[in-house]
Amino acid sequence: MLNIGKIEEGFVLDHIKAGKSLSIYHHLQLDQKDCTVAIIKNAKSNKMGKKDILKVECDISQLDMDVLAVIDHDITINVIQGGEIVAKQELSLPKEVRDIYKCKNPRCITSIEQELPHIFCLSDEAKGLYRCKYCEEKCTDVIGDSFLFR
Amino acid sequence: MRHLMSPLDFTVEELDKLFDLANDIEKNPSKYAHSCDGKTLATCFYEPSTRTRLSFEAAMINLGGSVLGFSSANASSAAKGESVSDTIRTISCYSDICAMRHPKEGAPMVAAAKSGIPVINAGDGGHQHPTQTLTDLLTIRSLKGRLNNFTIGLCGDLKFGRTVHSLINALIRYDNISFIFISPEELRIPDYITEKLKELNIPYEEVIRLEDVMPNLDLLYMTRVQRERFFNEEDYIRLKDFYILNKDKMALAKDDMLVLHPLPRVNEISVEVDDDPRAAYFRQVQYGVYVRMALILTLLEIEV
Repeated sequence: MLNIGKIEEGFVLDHIKAGKSLSIYHHLQLDQKDCTVAIIKNAKSNKMGKKDILKVECDISQLDMDVLAVIDHDITINVIQGGEIVAKQELSLPKEVRDIYKCKNPRCITSIEQELPHIFCLSDEAKGLYRCKYCEEKCTDVIGDSFLFR
Repeated sequence: MRHLMSPLDFTVEELDKLFDLANDIEKNPSKYAHSCDGKTLATCFYEPSTRTRLSFEAAMINLGGSVLGFSSANASSAAKGESVSDTIRTISCYSDICAMRHPKEGAPMVAAAKSGIPVINAGDGGHQHPTQTLTDLLTIRSLKGRLNNFTIGLCGDLKFGRTVHSLINALIRYDNISFIFISPEELRIPDYITEKLKELNIPYEEVIRLEDVMPNLDLLYMTRVQRERFFNEEDYIRLKDFYILNKDKMALAKDDMLVLHPLPRVNEISVEVDDDPRAAYFRQVQYGVYVRMALILTLLEIEV
């Protein structure tokens, strides 16, 4: 069993679906941050069988965490201060997401103009439904299955 | 600076103002004949269109302005691979306002985001065709005197017809409208529309036979079954003649019912109906020019 030490200041993303941690690492743009990150893949979990965990040593307010609500509702965010969990952050669906989903409508302008960002707007909060900003096509992606890879 | 991407971009009050202006243009065309002197409309049509492009051009010419543009993607730099964003930046240097039709959905929105001039969506694939909806609303308001309190039958291809979807979305903002959807099983109105009507408690029914509901209608909106929407030629052939509006069916309708059609028609309205005073589809074309004139003036913020 691999052991990763406690972090003093930062946050821990727990209960990530196994295999999705690298995708989240990219979506949170952690590759562009100068902070310590531990990516733990396939950790044993009583609840999930196996899961991924991300431990990040930086101030949580520096990151756009809303994107996590779109990727996986079940992720737990533990905010750490002085080596202890001081808060659990709730996830809320962002009004607009950019380059998370890819529009699959072959008639959409994004299908021919490669440089355009794929922007989806929240159209039904209760159902968590997003529609393409350009063609209004419903997003039918199963969460986490076909994201654009940053 | 404002653009027009969807008929819902305008509030009901703004639409009333636009239609008042269109009706004033209808009554006093000479008053507006030089209102766009020195202004240029660019018609950027990446796919063929007769009615919409010529209607926009007629509208600008009637206002004293001039027109430039292209009428197919092959005749533009798109054929060389130029992006919509680059094209509109260029067109912005040549003209004051742009009407854009594009086969890809959302293309006019991409243009509007980079444009230095107002952009009008003149049809983007199967998505929106706002000036057709404005035309339909102006026709109804002018000939019926109101946009509330009526039963409208929509007949034909209700599955793929963007004009139908757009018109329904625009009409549900008015009071006491009920819908009757008349279509073959294969071309039924999409669920997301009927779900919305249910949510808003707006009455509707779905029927197959046009004859059964003719006496109940205040308006009948006919549509063409479009060959390009079918993958299977057999299905198209079977469904294209499903509804043919003729004199016998018109005999069942109210004396003041109106027949509208976005045109072009193929054979869904028999030519024998054309002389019936209730046939409003060619008057609808004329209202299309008035509403586009009013729209150009509004977006250019020209007051006469």
